[in-house]
Formats: sequence, C-alpha cells, structure tokens
Amino acid sequence: MLQIEDLHVNYGGIRALKGVSLRVGAKEIVSLLGSNGAGKSTTVRAISGLVTTKSGSILFDGKPINGLAPHEIQRLGLVHIPEGRKVFANLTIRENLLMGAYYTREKTQLKKLFGQVYDMFPSLVSKTQQLAGTLSGGEQQMLAIGRAIMSQPRLLMMDEPSLGLAPMIVADVFRIIEKIRNEGVTIFLIEQNANLALKIADYAFLIENGTISLKGRGSEVLKDPRVKQAYLGSVSG
Amino acid sequence: MDYSFALQQLVYGLTLGCLYGLLAIGYTMVYGVLRLINFAHGDLLMVSAYVAFFGIAIFGVAWPISFIGSVLFTALLGILIDRGAYKPIRKSPRINALITAIGVSFLLENLGLVLIGGRPKSFPAPGLFSGSIVIGTVNIPELSIWVFIITLVLLVLCVLVVKRTRIGIAMRALSRDMETVTLMGIDKDRVISFTFALGSSLAAAGGIMWCMKYPALEPFMGVIPGLKAFVAAVLGGIGNITGAALGGLILGLAEVLIVAVEPDWSGYRDAIAFFLMIIILLTRPTGILGERLPD
Repeated sequence: MLQIEDLHVNYGGIRALKGVSLRVGAKEIVSLLGSNGAGKSTTVRAISGLVTTKSGSILFDGKPINGLAPHEIQRLGLVHIPEGRKVFANLTIRENLLMGAYYTREKTQLKKLFGQVYDMFPSLVSKTQQLAGTLSGGEQQMLAIGRAIMSQPRLLMMDEPSLGLAPMIVADVFRIIEKIRNEGVTIFLIEQNANLALKIADYAFLIENGTISLKGRGSEVLKDPRVKQAYLGSVSG
Repeated sequence: MDYSFALQQLVYGLTLGCLYGLLAIGYTMVYGVLRLINFAHGDLLMVSAYVAFFGIAIFGVAWPISFIGSVLFTALLGILIDRGAYKPIRKSPRINALITAIGVSFLLENLGLVLIGGRPKSFPAPGLFSGSIVIGTVNIPELSIWVFIITLVLLVLCVLVVKRTRIGIAMRALSRDMETVTLMGIDKDRVISFTFALGSSLAAAGGIMWCMKYPALEPFMGVIPGLKAFVAAVLGGIGNITGAALGGLILGLAEVLIVAVEPDWSGYRDAIAFFLMIIILLTRPTGILGERLPD
C-alpha cells in the first residue's frame, strides 16, 4: 500500500535519512522502531509531505506522492497523527474533530463519523464543548486519534502515540490501534516503545542513523538482540 | 459643557470609533492567523476610497454598484498582497514579513501618488448619507447612523464566521498550529486568503464610509487611520475581533471627548492614541479582551 525506495532527506545540513526503504502492506500494522534522532519522525514527515525529500520515491497505492503538499497527501487517505498529539488547544473537542472531517459536507456522513468516534472514545462525549487544552495527555491522544478517524483514513501513520503517557493509558492506546486495524485501516506505527510496538506489529523495521538496519516479522524482530539495544538506548543517538 | 454638547461629541466619537473598529478587525484577524502586523492594511482604506470614487465620478456607475465593486476589488487586492508579498516568505523569520508589510504599504501609497497624483480629490457622497436628524439640539448625521449600523452588522457577521463556520474554526486552528492544520487535509493558503479577503472587505467598508465623512482623497489618507486602527487592535487585545471593535470605539471616543473637554489639546489629537497604546502596553500588554492562551 505504501512503498518507500531509497529515501534521502537532508534536514538543516544534516543527512537525516540515508536511503530508507520500507513497505507497508494493506490492512497490516507495521512498526518503525528506533531511538531518538535515528530518523523515525523524519521518515513520517517526509511521507506526509512536511519535509522535502532529496531523492528516492514514495509510492502510495502505486502512485508517487513526493512533492505533493501535505493537505493533498492527506486527502488521498494517508493520515498522519503527529508526535506530541498536536490537538488544537484553543478549539473545543467537537471543533477539533470537525477539523478532521473538514471536507465532509454531507450531514448524515458527518453524523456517522462523530458517532463512530464517540463510540470509540466514550470519555470524550461529555466534554464536546470543552477546550482541548484542558484535557489530560491521555485524553488528548484519544482526541488526536479520533480526529484522524474523522478523516476516514485508509492508512494511518502514528508518530509515538505512547509518548508521555502512563502505562495504563498506553495499553488503552494500543488496544485502540488494533481495533482500528480490525476495522480495515492500515497502520504505520512509529514507536520508541519497541516492546509494545512489536507485539502488535505484523511487520517491523528498525531504523538506525538514517538507514533501515533490521526488518522482519514482529515476533522475529522482538527476539533480535540488536532491538534490545535500540529499545534500551539513547546510546546509538 | 452642557448636556447637548456632550451628546453631540458622543455621536462624533462613536462614528469615528466605529471606523477605527472596522479597520482594526482586519488587522487583528490577519495577526491572529499569521502573527503578522499587516501594515499595508491602512492603505487598503485609501484604495477602496479611490475605487469607489472612480466608479462614481469617472465612470458614472451608480453608487451601490461602485461601493460593492470597491469592496470586491479591495478583497482581491488583500488576497493578492498575501500571495505576492507574504506567502513567499512564510517560512522566514517574522521580522522579514513585518518589513515586507511596511514595504507593501509604501508601495501602495507611492503607486497612488504616481498614478493618481497627490492633489486631494473630493468624494461625491450619495444623498442618502448626507442628511442629518436633529433631536433637540443634537445633530445626528445620517451617515453616523449608517456607520453605526453597518459596523455592528459586520462585527456580528465576522464573529459568527469565526465562531461557527468551518473556515472560521480553521482560522482559529491555524493561529495555533499551521503544520497540523495541513495534516487535516486543509489547504492553509486558502484559509489565509479567506482571512485576507474578509479583513480587506471590512477595511473597504470602513474606507468608503471614511471618505464620505472626510471627503478628501489623497494617497496617504490611509496612514493615520491605519496606525490608529493598529493601536485600537492592540488596545482591545490583538487577535480578538470583538476586542478590536471595542478598542476602536474607545479610541474614537477618547480622541473626540478629550479634545471636546480641552480644546487647547486639539493639536495633540493624534498623540492620544499612541499615549493610550503606551499605557496599555505597560499595564496590560494582552489588551482589554486579550487572554493569555493555555498551552
């Protein structure tokens, strides 16, 4: 569904990606692991058009998407939940969700989407008129996921959804990720929390210093000693 | 100072305040979205006045058509200024955009000077706006009533657009996080263009009414009202639309009433605005209605 070949990205004079190749198959959960600064975020940001690529190709459904604007890429159904959730703190929950469905004009369709999100996250229902900035970190992550669901993604890219959340909430988030996949959405998951990310992943890639150093089925990668190192450490930078 | 004199001054102050307010809303909206003080905004008042003037005086178009044409032209010019001058440097430091804004302002003023000349032209105000109603000894120009009504309607419309419509919500979202807005599939440049169009239309409405009140058209006529409107926007809390209108009213009233009380100070009329701005920046930098945003 998503195919990346030999992607190079320079970021302020630094060679952030040095030939990344990976593929995400339809209806899979694919995890991209790596430590801080390895190039995880740069990879997703390049896919969704937020950073310009130097060379290499990004194919979505077999069509190249390099060079498209972020909003054009999103409208193809490739939705990106950014690192740090990035809910609009000054908008209400409802307004945040509505932004996800900006181009859905049809009333019944919109209602259905709201219903779907509120079913998935019942804790948001009583707070629809509350400003998103007043929510806890966990609730903000739920809202960010809900907002992405409103966009009716075909492929959902999640950048560190567990970041800064309590272990119990993280478990909730991962349950929801599986649930979304079971509804037919492909998931590309970027995580530092290798343990959890590998347990739910069909396939996984390990990125180190801007290149893919290891790939394989989730359960296989989990057993690889090098993963333990990347998972534990900021050592590899 | 007697009662009717005070009322009379109040009418003048409110009228001036509404005009400042209309102009200030445009400043505050663009600032809200782009964090840019669009110093060319005041000059849009001049452009709109000239377009309306040419429509009526040169091309002999009926005034309502000329006025609507002027608003549309100014809205388009607002979009064009953004696309031509600000969009290419959207990713540069903010000071670059500020300097560019001042440059655009000078460009518009001097373009006016070259194309039209510096000799003031008098604006042929339509009869509908030139009468006045006398209540007791207070003389209320009909134009003042129109200014008040139109300002109120436009203010309410603007607030509704920003609070209720999808593009209004996107404007507010954009003011906090431009990148994430694009991740929603929203074309941010369209939202920004809409903001410029809306702000510029209000400037045009203000400009047309301004030149009916002060009918001398010249290329630099937008400078002082523009600066005052900027002060009004800061006074009300920059980024806040209702605040901008409120700031405009306060400024208009303050200018007129202070000079009414102490006619010797009439020479300091323009200084009042900036004095008020210094006070507000020292005591309440977020303005009257500006809030500190939660992060």
